[in-house]
Amino acid sequence: MENTVESIMERYPKAGRDSLIPILQDIQNKQGYLSEEAIVKVGQRLKLPASKIFGVATFYNQFRFEPLGKHHIQVCRGTACHVLGSSSVLEELEKQLKIKSGQTTRDGLFSVEVVACIGACGLAPVIAVNGEFHARVTTDSIGEILEEYKEKELEGAKHE
Amino acid sequence: MDFTIEVNNNKVEAQKGETILTLLNRNGIQVPTLCYMKDMFPTGSCRMCVVEVEGRRNLVTACSEPVYPDMKIKTHSARVVESRKMIVELLLSNHPDDCLYCERNNNCELQGLANTLSVRERRISGNKNDYKIDQSSPSIVRDPAKCILCGRCVRVCEEIEGVSAIDYINRGSKTVVGTPYNKGLNVSSCINCGQCIMVCPTGALHEKPHFPEISAAIQDPEKTVVVQYAPAISVSIAEEFGLEPGKDMIGVLNTALRKIGFNFVFDTSFSADLTIMEESAELIDRIQNKGRLPMITSCCPAWVKYAEEFQEDYLDHVSSCKSPQQMMGALVKSYFAEKKQLDPKNIYSVSIMPCTAKKFEQQRDEMTHEGITDIDAVLTTRELVKIIKMYGIDLNKLEPELTDSPLGMRSSSGKIFGTSGGVMEAAVRTAYYKLTGEDLTQFRIPSLRGNEGRKEAKLNINGLELGVAVVSGLQKAADLLEEIKNGKDDIHFIEVMACPGGCINGGGQAIGANEEAVMKRMKSLYDIDETDSVKFSHKNPYIKELYERFLGEALGHKSHELLHTTYKKREVML
Repeated sequence: MENTVESIMERYPKAGRDSLIPILQDIQNKQGYLSEEAIVKVGQRLKLPASKIFGVATFYNQFRFEPLGKHHIQVCRGTACHVLGSSSVLEELEKQLKIKSGQTTRDGLFSVEVVACIGACGLAPVIAVNGEFHARVTTDSIGEILEEYKEKELEGAKHE
Repeated sequence: MDFTIEVNNNKVEAQKGETILTLLNRNGIQVPTLCYMKDMFPTGSCRMCVVEVEGRRNLVTACSEPVYPDMKIKTHSARVVESRKMIVELLLSNHPDDCLYCERNNNCELQGLANTLSVRERRISGNKNDYKIDQSSPSIVRDPAKCILCGRCVRVCEEIEGVSAIDYINRGSKTVVGTPYNKGLNVSSCINCGQCIMVCPTGALHEKPHFPEISAAIQDPEKTVVVQYAPAISVSIAEEFGLEPGKDMIGVLNTALRKIGFNFVFDTSFSADLTIMEESAELIDRIQNKGRLPMITSCCPAWVKYAEEFQEDYLDHVSSCKSPQQMMGALVKSYFAEKKQLDPKNIYSVSIMPCTAKKFEQQRDEMTHEGITDIDAVLTTRELVKIIKMYGIDLNKLEPELTDSPLGMRSSSGKIFGTSGGVMEAAVRTAYYKLTGEDLTQFRIPSLRGNEGRKEAKLNINGLELGVAVVSGLQKAADLLEEIKNGKDDIHFIEVMACPGGCINGGGQAIGANEEAVMKRMKSLYDIDETDSVKFSHKNPYIKELYERFLGEALGHKSHELLHTTYKKREVML
């Protein structure tokens, strides 16, 4: 992990505080989230307190502070999906997984992220799990979709 | 005067470059403020101080707008007042309605603004947030639900203390002041100085209360309850009882503490004298034996924690002396216990401090020796005032009493510990004596007095050139250490205090004391120094007796065991 942050920092030899966001983006691209260790390291290099970096990072929706789940669920909250009830889809998902958007379940299986339009308005409301689209999702079908991934997980375990 | 402007149809003289607010304050026109902080760069973010300027479409913030010739201002037009009122109503819309139970009831700026602007009904009802109270710190309790995001704590922590333990987290209506990863204050870089409490307009920040435990100890017949109060305390409580700020209340304070039920009342100024004996010996030892220089004082626990977190390279520059609070604590449960034939386990030792970091210091591992804690509980000045009032004690009607012997008698050198520069002056006096065998005839060092954040002096002691520096506010300390890192080599001894001006402006002091009141406290301490007959720590007869009968010599074996400590690098999220 340390090496990842180090190697990213090497790409910004004269980095000042104006490089903070690109650096955080690179770290998130590599590691899927911003860990405490990463933020502290960046802070040491840029001479910025951790509180300040956490403050900047939480200002933007794009940053996560927990590792991605094995199955990463993106919930579209674009206009078309919104009109067709994506807010209740998100609510149901958060209820069933007992996490909020931006978080990861304790078993590390699922994580949820809210995204703006993912360009599949004809399928609204839509969610994407690991990039795989699920169309016309309802509060009832959420459970089935989750079940599907959980079953895959169990089968995978059997084969091993 | 550079030009005139018009305020509320009256001509007013203006100076180029000043802000509208500065001009208004000078002319006695009051405009409410929230995010504004004196002597700091204005942000103009709360918009409480808005005024109407002729020719401008929008209201402008008085705190950040410079004056210009022929400016025409209205400070209390209907539009302005309505706008301010709306801001307060919006701030109240998601505020918990528990003023009656709030720490800051009757001493709250938000409450005050609502009152001044006559907010008498709830027109706007917002979603209340469900933030949890952060009780994790040994010193400071944070209740984000009561925070109105004025940002003053964030700024004081960053700009005055150079710590930045807290910042704004999230965005928009979800914004909250918090620590990195929303972890407790106890694992953040917070140094417990309490300056955030001093600037907080509401009850979002306050100290961790210790009185319930103390009350239990007072009621326990097995326990001998001993109390000590810091040098700054006796000059910092008068205004809370309707008296002149800065007035020395030491005699009636002793009486009041006995009425509350404390069995013995001691003065931390005594152990400040003792600190001077040990610290000056350490300084001379370092100078003569080529030890680490500059030596840095260790009486401020916020500074000590800061050094452990941010200044690892300078940890062996910090004096090994415990702070006066802890020295007193160690003596109470050894020297005093022996004298009175008390079992240290049955002594409950309380200190009253103008400080929240002392609550942290008290529970440091190093401050417990073989299961015996030096100090058991710490009260701030604010808590003391509340308790005196709770017990229905009228300070105006009390006969003054003396502190208890032998740990209650001080020199005035110990007393001036309460102000920035005082520790240094006291230390120099005794170091001079130890090096020359004579007392300074000019005991005052004027360049080390006053309210500046950094003071320096060069002294010549029998040919030995001694450079000393005094800093208060830890950003000032960081700046000085940076200069030293870059080659500044004329400083041998540094006094550091985290709170600007020293303990008289400590994080445990009464909320709302203005600069003038703080300066009166300082003057009061120096007045005591003028009138006291014993001005030198080494001349305190009880200190002499303590060394003769108990400690042996300064830096001796017993001193090391009881009065000195160690520091370690602290891993926190910086």
